[in-house]
Amino acid sequence: MTPPGEAGTARRPHTGRPRRRTRGGAPLPLLLPALIGLVFLVLPLVALLVRAPWRSMPGLLTSSEVWQALRLSVVCATAATAVSLVLGVPLAWLLARTEFPGRRLVRALVTLPLVLPPVVGGVALLMALGRNGVAGRWLDSWFGITLPFTTTGVVLAEAFVALPFLVITVEGTLRAADPRYEEAATTLGASRFTAFRRVTLPLVAPGIAAGAVLAWARALGEFGATITFAGNFPGRTQTMPLAVYLALQNDPEAAIALSLVLLAVSVAVLAGLRDRWMGAS
Amino acid sequence: MSRSARSPRRMLRAAGAGAAALLALSACSSSGPDSSPQSSQGSSASSGASGAVSGEVTVFAAASLKESFTTLGKKFEKDHPGAKVTFNFGGSDSLAAGITGGAPADVFASASPKTMKTVTDQGEAAGTPVTFVRNRLEIATLPGNPDHLSSLKDLTKSGLKVVLCAQTVPCGAAAQQALDAGGVRVTPVSYEQDVKSALNKVVLKEADAALVYRTDVQAAGGTVEGVDFPESAKAVNEYPIVRLKHAKNAAAADAFIALVRSAEGQKVLGEAGFLTP
Repeated sequence: MTPPGEAGTARRPHTGRPRRRTRGGAPLPLLLPALIGLVFLVLPLVALLVRAPWRSMPGLLTSSEVWQALRLSVVCATAATAVSLVLGVPLAWLLARTEFPGRRLVRALVTLPLVLPPVVGGVALLMALGRNGVAGRWLDSWFGITLPFTTTGVVLAEAFVALPFLVITVEGTLRAADPRYEEAATTLGASRFTAFRRVTLPLVAPGIAAGAVLAWARALGEFGATITFAGNFPGRTQTMPLAVYLALQNDPEAAIALSLVLLAVSVAVLAGLRDRWMGAS
Repeated sequence: MSRSARSPRRMLRAAGAGAAALLALSACSSSGPDSSPQSSQGSSASSGASGAVSGEVTVFAAASLKESFTTLGKKFEKDHPGAKVTFNFGGSDSLAAGITGGAPADVFASASPKTMKTVTDQGEAAGTPVTFVRNRLEIATLPGNPDHLSSLKDLTKSGLKVVLCAQTVPCGAAAQQALDAGGVRVTPVSYEQDVKSALNKVVLKEADAALVYRTDVQAAGGTVEGVDFPESAKAVNEYPIVRLKHAKNAAAADAFIALVRSAEGQKVLGEAGFLTP
């Protein structure tokens, strides 16, 4: 869509010049809650750093269980994000670009996992896809597939809670994007799918990327649905949050160390992606 | 066009902020269920006046005691008009962590001496804990025992889905002890975070068998079938109870412990499947 040169020149003057700021500082009624909010978010993380068992850290971090859990976490979160992308982008398009009876209801249903306690989500997944579940019993008897206690189960549980984040973000971007580009493409003879693929997708790519980041972050930290649906077995379904929770039961120091690892990985990935996209866009 | 060129950065910034908030949220939600005390601060009832028991007493008790302690709590309130028992049931480890972290509680009843020890080691107990019941493990399996399980060894049958408690929680430690005693090596499909989760996997028919307490099998009614095994005698869990040092209502706390240890209290606990000490 946008020629790279054009985007670059359009942006450069803005980045070079200092941003416009409120003269005379921020008003106190805004500044005070904002600062309290910031402290509220940052203090627990600082406390984690302060109380971290730095001395035993190397020993904890080189243990194979930690790496196993970390690798599983990253792999499953990435797979769950992929599932969310494949299913979520078309769903968002459907919600943003088409009219059908009950669309608002569908939209509400899509966002439901956002408010559902994850543990309940896990139980619901068991009811649906468990060995004895509504759909799961057919998977078992026809194909011999059982999902609980498997890595696939982890991916599904994570995708279940992460998908709504992607759909909401992409739908918002689609609504903000001008539909006339697509209309122009279709009047020029492109099919609606071609218009979606060649025009809409590049147009809303930033929104898709943002949604994918949100979904990935949510999947990485997912605990309740995972432990309920997929159980907890090292190397197969024990992701980092599960390892942290179980370590907390008898070894809080190890739990803090594990949490820091998870935190570091997510910050590194988010920062890395951000820089990459910033440079590319 | 410049608008669309700038928007990715705005989106990313928003996403970054959102992601940070999410991480904080999920980190907080993984602190587990029931780790925070539900009860309010013990009311300002006087803790003096021995004999006259009134006011609020807060009892932190292991999850497996839920049914029997709730019954005993009602009995206590009937015996002592003006007294009120508030329970906080949860995993013994989380409760112990709450107590050492300063949660307001008068009585602590734990499912294992090990977790009780973390409380006494911190000097949080008033006096020495006493064992008031014992619990032993059973194999919980599907109703009708379709897999014909009759011993611990049967849990190694291929294709059988077994869940155990994680070894960090008392039921998991007990299960490991029993398995070691029988010289049996079981590869479970999952190490669950507490005994009720392990039981529920069988209740929901996702697993074929679980090693849980006798009392849990009993509490589950007809949804699971219990299979006793001799090695469970080697892994009997003792439940200690103690009044806490910072108890707001010492008189009521002592009275509640007395009720638990009385013949009447033992009868209620016995009906729930507990063994007398």
